[in-house]
Amino acid sequence: MAQAYSPGLTVTESTIIRKERRLPLPGQVKVSVGDVVAAQQVVAETALPGNVATVNVAHDLNVNTEEVPRLMLKSEGNAVQIQEPIAEYKAFWGIFHSVSRSPISGTIESISPVTGQVLIRGPAVPVELTAYVDGTVVEVLGDEGVVIECQGALLQGIIGIGGEAHGEVMIAVEHPAQPLTADRITEDCHDKLIVGGAQATLDALERAREVGAAGVVVGGIDAHILDELLGETLGVAITGDEDVGFTLIVTEGFGELSMAQRSFDLLTAHAGQQASLNGATQIRAGVIRPEVIISHPTAERIPPAPVRAELKIGSPVRLIRDPYFGVLGTVTALPEELQRIETEALVRVAQVRTEDGRELTIPRANIELIQQ
Amino acid sequence: MGPDDINFILATDCGSTTTKAILIARQGDEYRLQVRGEAPTTVEAPFEDVTIGVRNAIAEVEELAGRQLLNGEGQLIRPARNGQGVDVYLSTSSAGGGLQVAVVGLVRRMTAESAQRAALGAGAIVMEVLALDDGRRPHERIERLRRLRPDMILISGGVDGGEERRVVEMAELVAAAKPQPRLGSGFRLPVIYAGNVAARSRIAETLQDVTALTMVDNLRPTLEEENLGPARREIQEEFLRHVMSQAPGYSKLMSWADADIMPTPAAVGSIMQQIAAEQNINIVGVDIGGATTDVFSVFDGVFNRTVSANLGMSYSIANVVAETGLRNILRWVPGDVAAGDLQNRIRNKMIRPTTVPQWLEGLKLEQAIAREALRLAFAQHKQLATGLKGVQQERDIADAFRQTRAGEETLVDMMRLDLLVGSGGVLSHAPRRVQAAMMLIDGFAPEGVTQLAVDSIFMMPQLGVLAQVHPEAARQVFLRDCLVHLGTCIAPVGQGRPGSPCITVTFTDTGERLNVAAGELRRIELPEDSARELVIDPVRGYDVGAGRGRAVKTNVAGGVVGLIIDTRGRPLDLPEDVEEQRTAQVQWAKAVGLYPEV
Repeated sequence: MAQAYSPGLTVTESTIIRKERRLPLPGQVKVSVGDVVAAQQVVAETALPGNVATVNVAHDLNVNTEEVPRLMLKSEGNAVQIQEPIAEYKAFWGIFHSVSRSPISGTIESISPVTGQVLIRGPAVPVELTAYVDGTVVEVLGDEGVVIECQGALLQGIIGIGGEAHGEVMIAVEHPAQPLTADRITEDCHDKLIVGGAQATLDALERAREVGAAGVVVGGIDAHILDELLGETLGVAITGDEDVGFTLIVTEGFGELSMAQRSFDLLTAHAGQQASLNGATQIRAGVIRPEVIISHPTAERIPPAPVRAELKIGSPVRLIRDPYFGVLGTVTALPEELQRIETEALVRVAQVRTEDGRELTIPRANIELIQQ
Repeated sequence: MGPDDINFILATDCGSTTTKAILIARQGDEYRLQVRGEAPTTVEAPFEDVTIGVRNAIAEVEELAGRQLLNGEGQLIRPARNGQGVDVYLSTSSAGGGLQVAVVGLVRRMTAESAQRAALGAGAIVMEVLALDDGRRPHERIERLRRLRPDMILISGGVDGGEERRVVEMAELVAAAKPQPRLGSGFRLPVIYAGNVAARSRIAETLQDVTALTMVDNLRPTLEEENLGPARREIQEEFLRHVMSQAPGYSKLMSWADADIMPTPAAVGSIMQQIAAEQNINIVGVDIGGATTDVFSVFDGVFNRTVSANLGMSYSIANVVAETGLRNILRWVPGDVAAGDLQNRIRNKMIRPTTVPQWLEGLKLEQAIAREALRLAFAQHKQLATGLKGVQQERDIADAFRQTRAGEETLVDMMRLDLLVGSGGVLSHAPRRVQAAMMLIDGFAPEGVTQLAVDSIFMMPQLGVLAQVHPEAARQVFLRDCLVHLGTCIAPVGQGRPGSPCITVTFTDTGERLNVAAGELRRIELPEDSARELVIDPVRGYDVGAGRGRAVKTNVAGGVVGLIIDTRGRPLDLPEDVEEQRTAQVQWAKAVGLYPEV
């Protein structure tokens, strides 16, 4: 297990990014390979089957289920309007009269003589898929979607909340260790991606929602504040469907943690430019990281960074487990033999010299390589 | 090739993150584990071929065993010859999220629950249970089915010859949802119908044009009978036919294997059933992972499995705390723990799941969380592992006073449990084995006399699939190499004031007598592979298996931990007051040597 440490998250000024854009059901792709597309341009669309309403016609008419097909005023495939009669029962020259009506507008999908139920499907729900990033179409996935490629800056966070959004990068703090407070968020932040520092206060996040910010990127977040914002406890790191009014991306973790200087510098360098962001996170098999992408085509095409970089003597690292969570340092030794740590566990370790000069022995599993 | 010709067996288990390979070899008359290798699973991008990870794991086995298994083209050398190759290759899989099933039934606590047991027993994760009495309106059920994207749907409902209309109604909802399979967008979703046989033609009319429909015997043919076998077998066949063949690289893997690839939990269930049957014992097993916790039980030959999808030690650790509350976690921690930043620390483990506790306090906290995860997962298991509900039974006056309805009592009887087996990182890799023993005791609260073990390297899946082709080899390796015997726990049922008399234990070989008062934990050395005969004599009000106040004479097995006598009471009686809790936990931890003194 020579690689017993977590690979760091990507923070890079320029890389090639490919985004697969896939419809939930096959539909119509509206672009071709080679087309240059804008982030908010619709590249494919489809129609999801409408909602279904069930009507218990046998019950409404007080008849046996097998009589229902005979009493229908509409057939399968017929359009109906809300409250329109769909079946009728008359007996004794109309003295006994009952009617079953459609609860929605739609189409009769099925009439069952077994259950006496009629299914009515509402109008199809149109779904439009945008490009998400400014880029070029490099592949069309049949009638299901496209692959968009762009070159630009990529910053991956550790956890996010909320889905895709777009906004202009706006730096709201002076340095990465400064907390994001409500007084730093003004009406100008409407539709912007607000960049904070060490931690966002609950007031600041509520203010961001109030002014209609597109997103917030911060170094850390207190677990209680996140729960408060969500209105529930986040139990597993599978996110993206939340609706808190904006997209939140946390770059370092839980607690008051400064944003890494490199991440802060990257965002500062692109202040005023349009960014695509997505809070969707899945920390399980099929890992998905929250991200900020700022497309900026350059002449030089830099290939994506390798998936794993080697941990070496001299590597800059971050410690990612208490009691040293968030401490930065440099690897000074990588002993081969397993070592016994305070818990009595035998683990592979690294020697790390911290920025404040301490020499620490750290399990390699608790070290994150800082990519350079 | 007959069983006698099999000398070398290779078995892999393709998990979500790691592919584990074991090599078993015949040494004289017995089969023993030779080596174990592992490599990251390669089902997902950028590799998208499970066989790459399998080859890497095999390569590690080759290196450790000093035996060539793959030829120049990366093919397994078979049969074994000239110091190379293997005779049999087998595999299990839970990669790509395992087998995900949605269950549809009529009555939630009857046919739907039987269907749920069938799916879980087949090794599936049950994503959703829909029933007529689930409190949802029809369009909400349709909406839910449409969003789920399961690997397959299992429909049950009605006893044979009973009313057909309601089960057809549920099938109509399935048809209206037009559910899509998770893998392979061009394929129809497999649907298994295991309900009232009289409704089959109407079910076919409703579903055969929109799904890949198969039908098996009713899993609840009468109210008094549950017949889960045919549905379980069909789920596993559909798993191979549809799900596995859509997953990247599995067609190739299936062509390598000498027997069908089994879902990992189904294989674990298979070996546990075999051992329970052969030794005529009742077993509970648990596998506590990062994301989920599986609990298995075999009582009187009846097998049950549950999976608690969001109880685990890394990805789901924050959910354990959310479900039980910090107070319940902290009651297990001996001494002080800095509570202030605790929530942030636990969430940081969730988002950096591969980290390990670095200091003792962190280890104590993780092991406290494990106790609660085990306790919650076991409570869920006991709820599902019940008799059949809806059965008419004669009830005597005592039953009436017990306030339980027929079939609602769990089949899990802790007093009759013989063996409790734990696996998963937090148990298998605990720095001291006594820590694993105490996590099992606190999480499961065994009663009477119970043997404890851990599956040190989680070999049960591979042995489960091996049991299908060579049961004797699987049995031998299970007993000799798979389990680390921790020892035996003696825990009287009853409660008393701490310090009041509870039990007397007499060792019949030496005559040595031990009086243990209520509220204590004691640990007595009893080496592995040894056993001693004891007479356990409880005072009035306590029961160790023969009834209140009655003595029990029994043989207890030793292990790396030995004998643990737990008189803290059953139900487990922890002090209410936080300070008293901490003091008691410190005392108990010292008594069994739970943690190093620092």
